[in-house]
Amino acid sequence: MSSVAETPEQKHLLSKTTIGFWLYLMTDCLLFATLFATFAVLRGATAGGPDGAEIYEMPVVLAETIILLTSSFTCGMALLGMMAKNTKQVLWSLVATFLLGLAFVVIEVAEFAKLIAEGHGPQASAFLSAFFTLVGTHGLHVSVGLLWLIIIGVLIWKRGLTSKLTRSLTLFALFWHFLDLIWIFVFTVVYLMGVVV
Amino acid sequence: MTIDWLQMLFGRLSLDALPSDIVTIGGAAMGVFGLLFIVGLITVTKRWRWLWRTWLTSLDPKKIGVMYIIVSGVMLLRGLADVVMLRAQQALFATGMDSPIGSDLFQQVFSAHGTIMIFFVAMGVIFGLINLIVPLQIGARDVAFPLLNSISFWLFFAGMALMNVSLIIGEFSAAGWLAYPPLSTLEYSPGTGVDYWIWALQIAGIGSLLSGVNFLVTIFTMRRKGMTLMKMPIFVWSVVGSMALVVFAFPILTATLGMLTLDRTLDTNFFTSDMGGNPMMYVNLIWAWGHPEVYILILPAFGAFSEIVPVFSRKRLFGYTSMVWAIMAITVLSFTVWLHHFFTMGAGANVNAFFGIMTMIIAVPTGVKVFNWLFTMFRGRISFKTPMLWFMGFIVTFTIGGVTGVLMAVPGIDFQVHNSLFLVAHFHNMIIGGVLFGAFAALAYWWPKFTGFRLHEGLGVAAFWSWLVGFVLAFAPLYILGLMGAVRRLDSYDASLGWQGLFVVAGVGVTFILLGVFFQVLQLAYSIWKRKELACDHDPWNGRTLEWATSTPVAEYNFATMEAVNDRDEYWETKYSRKRRNHPKYSDVLVPKNSGFGVYVSSAVVVMGFAIVWHMWLIAAIALIVTIVLAICVGLRENVERVITAKQVAESEKKLWKGAGA
Repeated sequence: MSSVAETPEQKHLLSKTTIGFWLYLMTDCLLFATLFATFAVLRGATAGGPDGAEIYEMPVVLAETIILLTSSFTCGMALLGMMAKNTKQVLWSLVATFLLGLAFVVIEVAEFAKLIAEGHGPQASAFLSAFFTLVGTHGLHVSVGLLWLIIIGVLIWKRGLTSKLTRSLTLFALFWHFLDLIWIFVFTVVYLMGVVV
Repeated sequence: MTIDWLQMLFGRLSLDALPSDIVTIGGAAMGVFGLLFIVGLITVTKRWRWLWRTWLTSLDPKKIGVMYIIVSGVMLLRGLADVVMLRAQQALFATGMDSPIGSDLFQQVFSAHGTIMIFFVAMGVIFGLINLIVPLQIGARDVAFPLLNSISFWLFFAGMALMNVSLIIGEFSAAGWLAYPPLSTLEYSPGTGVDYWIWALQIAGIGSLLSGVNFLVTIFTMRRKGMTLMKMPIFVWSVVGSMALVVFAFPILTATLGMLTLDRTLDTNFFTSDMGGNPMMYVNLIWAWGHPEVYILILPAFGAFSEIVPVFSRKRLFGYTSMVWAIMAITVLSFTVWLHHFFTMGAGANVNAFFGIMTMIIAVPTGVKVFNWLFTMFRGRISFKTPMLWFMGFIVTFTIGGVTGVLMAVPGIDFQVHNSLFLVAHFHNMIIGGVLFGAFAALAYWWPKFTGFRLHEGLGVAAFWSWLVGFVLAFAPLYILGLMGAVRRLDSYDASLGWQGLFVVAGVGVTFILLGVFFQVLQLAYSIWKRKELACDHDPWNGRTLEWATSTPVAEYNFATMEAVNDRDEYWETKYSRKRRNHPKYSDVLVPKNSGFGVYVSSAVVVMGFAIVWHMWLIAAIALIVTIVLAICVGLRENVERVITAKQVAESEKKLWKGAGA
């Protein structure tokens, strides 16, 4: 990344912001850890209602997973474009990332809506409370990421790859990959283990 | 449809929300009139513009630090007013006389006391000290993210404001300072109190979390050249430990409060007593945050004492390396002891044994620190100024508190004294004797650095002795009462138990503490009045670390030149080494421009919190959108710094050093 920073001060700022952002990601990780722990404790507390295996639609979840992983790939393409100073590649990759991310959120919302309509809403049991909150918090993060993505995309489109925007894009990429990582755990702990156990 | 819109606008707010009992009306009236008085005073003296420009929008950590400490001081008075009511009830009315404080109000008061003292007094003063001291001690000109720092303070302020609004509109939580479910669930606490509690803590907590990130990055990336990690002043090390704990523990609080919010507003079943809910999960989570929180508060107090003892003993700190390792050991171990808060949960003998042993182990690094301080004093030339007196008080009370803590770490004993006044006495020993005495010592010690005059010594000594005597009188009886079986949060007991005498002694102790606070307020006022006579130079205590090297009052840019550091006690070494400094060469300095975003974000968030508490969904949604827009604006800010030219630096240095009589 040293090619991006122009002066020693900017380089220093880059490292400060990056370290700060890593620390923030760590706090977010702890937030998810708390929700995972709660889910693990409450997963069996179905209060006579359905358990995971009865309500998960694995093909849909698999589709979500593939979509989100692909969006991580396109996000990586944006970063490569940024390093090659290829604004066009950055913008196209960001558009792809946005569409994939949006598809993920839409599918998740549809899945939630269906569950609620069937009477398996977050109020129905402690297991469902934990399920909706854990998965929903991840979805909320993705949505915030989408908002951030729109702002960065529009600014890069208008102003080109300024040093400030390159910095933002780098941080965004960290955030997006982080969410991907969290999803891998959601997929494993919530869905796969829910179906197998 | 019209009714629906009204519902969206006003939620469950109505005129019934105003206080009706005489005690709350008194408190609310005092709050409102106090605020009106201050607003009036600022308006009459035409100070609004000045206040806005020099304080409210300032990104200078020294100013932010002072604002933290002022808020914390005001909240200390409120927390004390609460405790006067509690002890008055227990000493005078508990055996059946008619009391002005009913049971319900009593519950609100003890919940308010704990919440305010921990979140808005102890946290406030600790963050205030960190803001004031850390950048100076590492030889930096600022923190890593100045605007984020201001936003952190204003979120803390927003939480405080929301908590105090509950005095006037609505009610305080009556569920204790940690709001255990199922008592705090909708079923048993349908009012607004718990919601106020949740949102005040959530908002202030996010502020603390951002501060934690900010100061860790500051310490890791902005130290003066040559200051390796093992050359950092020990206070900075203690802040590293404390902020690492903030970063690791506060997300747990955020998530836990979030789940309690969902239980109360969306009827989920995390912590309810039916539908599979698990109240003990909440208790586990809240203490997984809560125990590290204790160390978040105490570590910087340890750090301050570690600065004070060498200076007033005229010796290097004994065992610097072991001190650093002790801090880090405490930081890690503090995550392994949370279950000792509820041995009686029934987790089983093996689990209890593990947490009991870990609790005993964590006392070891603390013991290392105590011996290091004592060995630092050994054969030193000790001068017993106020900061040192607070240290002496601390070392006694804290050791007693530590010993009772290890006692309770034995699960078998804990079963006897769980939730008794013995426990209450123990943690007050740690928090008053540790955190508060540490804060008082630190304030007395660093006060002259920022003001250019000392605090009056005689009044400081009087305050110390009143506090110490009051403290012993107020809490020694609670140990005895606890062993006699008195539980905490008790508003009435049978006269035949014979407890009243001890409660009266505790009450007398409180009056001594009040006397101490009176002396402290007097000391402040008198010292400011007599500031000319108490004036001192930039280094009144013959200090050792970098903060004493710069001018007093400290310039906005902290240091005019940035020479490399060679030694742990850098200033002491340069002061007493033969080599004189060359004529300093100044260069341009970048400082952050003022920004009102802290105030804006804080206002939006207070409105959002208030609206959610009262279920005013329309207003809550608008405030949320405003907050998001503000966050985006913060991200898009440009041109955030201004230059102080080398020439201006030279002029300001000349003026500052002349004023100090150097």
